[in-house]
Amino acid sequence: MEQIIANGLYLGAQYALIALGLTLIFALMNVLNFAHGQLYVLGGFVTYTLYAKAGFPYPIALLMAGLTLALVGGLLEKYLFRPVIKKSHREESTMLLAAGVAFFLDAIILLLFGEKQRGVPKIIEGVFNWDFRIIMPYDRIVIGCVAICSVALFIGYMQYSKTGRAMRALAQDKIAAQLMGVDVDRYQMIGFALAAMLAGLVGGLLVSITGINLGMGGPTSIKAFLMVMIGGAGVVSGAIAGGFILGMMESIGLSVFSSYGDVTYLMIFASLMVFLAIRPQGLMGKPWG
Amino acid sequence: MATRRSVLRSLLGNAVLAASMTLATLPVHAANPVLKIGFVGVTSGPAAAWGTSNVRSMQTRAAWLNELGGVTIGGTTYDIEIVTFDDQKDPKRAIAGMEKMAQAGIHYVVGPNVDDGAAAVRPVAEQNNIMYFPYAFPKALYSPPASNAILGMIANYQSGPAIYKYLRDNKGVKKVAFVAANESDPLSQRDGGVEAAKALGLEVVSSSVTYQVDTTDFTPVLTPVLRTRPDLLVLSGVAPANAPQLIRSARELGYTGLISTETAQDAQVLKEGAGDLANGFISVGGASTPEIASDAMKEFVTRYTKMFGEYNDESNTKVYALEYIIETLKANPKAIDNVAEFKQTMNSFSAPNIYMKGDSTLKYVGTTSFGQKRQVFVPMVVNEYQGGAFKTLFIAEVD
Repeated sequence: MEQIIANGLYLGAQYALIALGLTLIFALMNVLNFAHGQLYVLGGFVTYTLYAKAGFPYPIALLMAGLTLALVGGLLEKYLFRPVIKKSHREESTMLLAAGVAFFLDAIILLLFGEKQRGVPKIIEGVFNWDFRIIMPYDRIVIGCVAICSVALFIGYMQYSKTGRAMRALAQDKIAAQLMGVDVDRYQMIGFALAAMLAGLVGGLLVSITGINLGMGGPTSIKAFLMVMIGGAGVVSGAIAGGFILGMMESIGLSVFSSYGDVTYLMIFASLMVFLAIRPQGLMGKPWG
Repeated sequence: MATRRSVLRSLLGNAVLAASMTLATLPVHAANPVLKIGFVGVTSGPAAAWGTSNVRSMQTRAAWLNELGGVTIGGTTYDIEIVTFDDQKDPKRAIAGMEKMAQAGIHYVVGPNVDDGAAAVRPVAEQNNIMYFPYAFPKALYSPPASNAILGMIANYQSGPAIYKYLRDNKGVKKVAFVAANESDPLSQRDGGVEAAKALGLEVVSSSVTYQVDTTDFTPVLTPVLRTRPDLLVLSGVAPANAPQLIRSARELGYTGLISTETAQDAQVLKEGAGDLANGFISVGGASTPEIASDAMKEFVTRYTKMFGEYNDESNTKVYALEYIIETLKANPKAIDNVAEFKQTMNSFSAPNIYMKGDSTLKYVGTTSFGQKRQVFVPMVVNEYQGGAFKTLFIAEVD
């Protein structure tokens, strides 16, 4: 049982960080960013290139990956999403744009980084073994802790900084925020950049554990949407809760149902369908959006 | 360690090479007539490495042959052009790809890379007189009445028993556990492996655990498997992307037994993803280990690396399909647009295998498994990973 909880917490921490970026973009711009997983993959490849190939220290490579992704996110918002949102009143326009960006990023990643799985040397050697009740490599513990700290930092930033308050105001009521002097364009761009940075940060963290490959973008986006649906779209606390719930469900399912084959995600999807039928807005979302 | 400037150069190089790879699929403007050979397989998404290594092997060899002046078949010298189609591992797209090949008048196609894609294209290939070389294992594709598909590699039901027998006799393996991705290819390979292990008198202690291909943490997946304390953990049909993570998780959970797979892997991927934890990992490869690689194989690897920046060990096997097509056409020029002639030639075909040292030959095999010669003969080289490279454990032959 201890091992299941430890696995669930580790998975939950990384999932929560992935979901945060997705929900932030949705809250600020009402955009379902299907390219979120590709941003995660790009972050992983940038970290791999800087750390394993160019020889930068891992924390510097991670920081630079985050900044690179923030820049990519900012540019995507300014030159693609902003014009489309302004010109089109149909919500599906941004969805199609996001899907297009996902395919585009897949192609760019293939061109720049190739088709192979990439990994980096372990950042810390050794395995924590508590009497065979909990076995967890030290690098996973560190990455899990960094992920939890990043989530806490993000919450603090959103809660107490001027930018965070402006973004929360935008998420609550765009027109009211605009009337109060909030520069919508500026804060939407910052929000998109922040979300992309979070995705890149997770990619950079996990490249040291799971490695990275071209095909991880789509499944990551799907999992991120799952978490957001569980927690409630556009709600930061919901994304965190969704991440930890999904991580725990995955850990329990893989342990308890291992002898029945791969039924864990089947059961997660079935449970989600029932849950959404009862509470379509998710755990913490509001019925009115 | 590479300098930052060299990394940037490498990234730019990759982009330029990939662009040139796309250009390589465009018609070749040369004095020689062009012989088009098709490829339908997966070059994007999670399994991109499988098809990409196919395409790049074909393009490397085609460029090499064209540089030498082309290929002479029945008195006419042709330049080779590779026409590619990315099926995205989707059977519907694989059908569309094979139809595209038929419209282009192509009779010889390499691919698809997976079971469902290979099965889906069968009617199109048969109706349009296309011989195709799948990297998929269903026996029905290669057994009568089917006759247009030729297996391009060694199937798991051929390599698995040989590996398990070797490990039983030489390493004292008694208990085996299987773990597979929840997809048709790995699951069918797992079932074949379980059957083979039982036939050899091995005890199968776990075979029901599966995983999603996008799993990011294999600890919960492997925990119940390793509780059964196997001597050998078989990663059935494992994709190169998942192999390092599975190995790493198993070792970190304290597993000290043997780990093997029947699929081809890449040494660099194992090195980056699992490092020394992958030492001792057993997989099936082709003919590039130092013990058996010929000068031609070494030159192929050099040319591939020069063209695409980095070699892929999966190409050790995938270099062969195009060679078989060209050499068979050379043996019977009438087959260039007549697959019935090609099928007839296959029964007696033999040509030197330029990629292996010694007097190895190219020949069609598969009679034992399929009741007819519908498999290319490639050496079954069982490798062991050690310190960043593969070492030959043993070599066997199919049929």
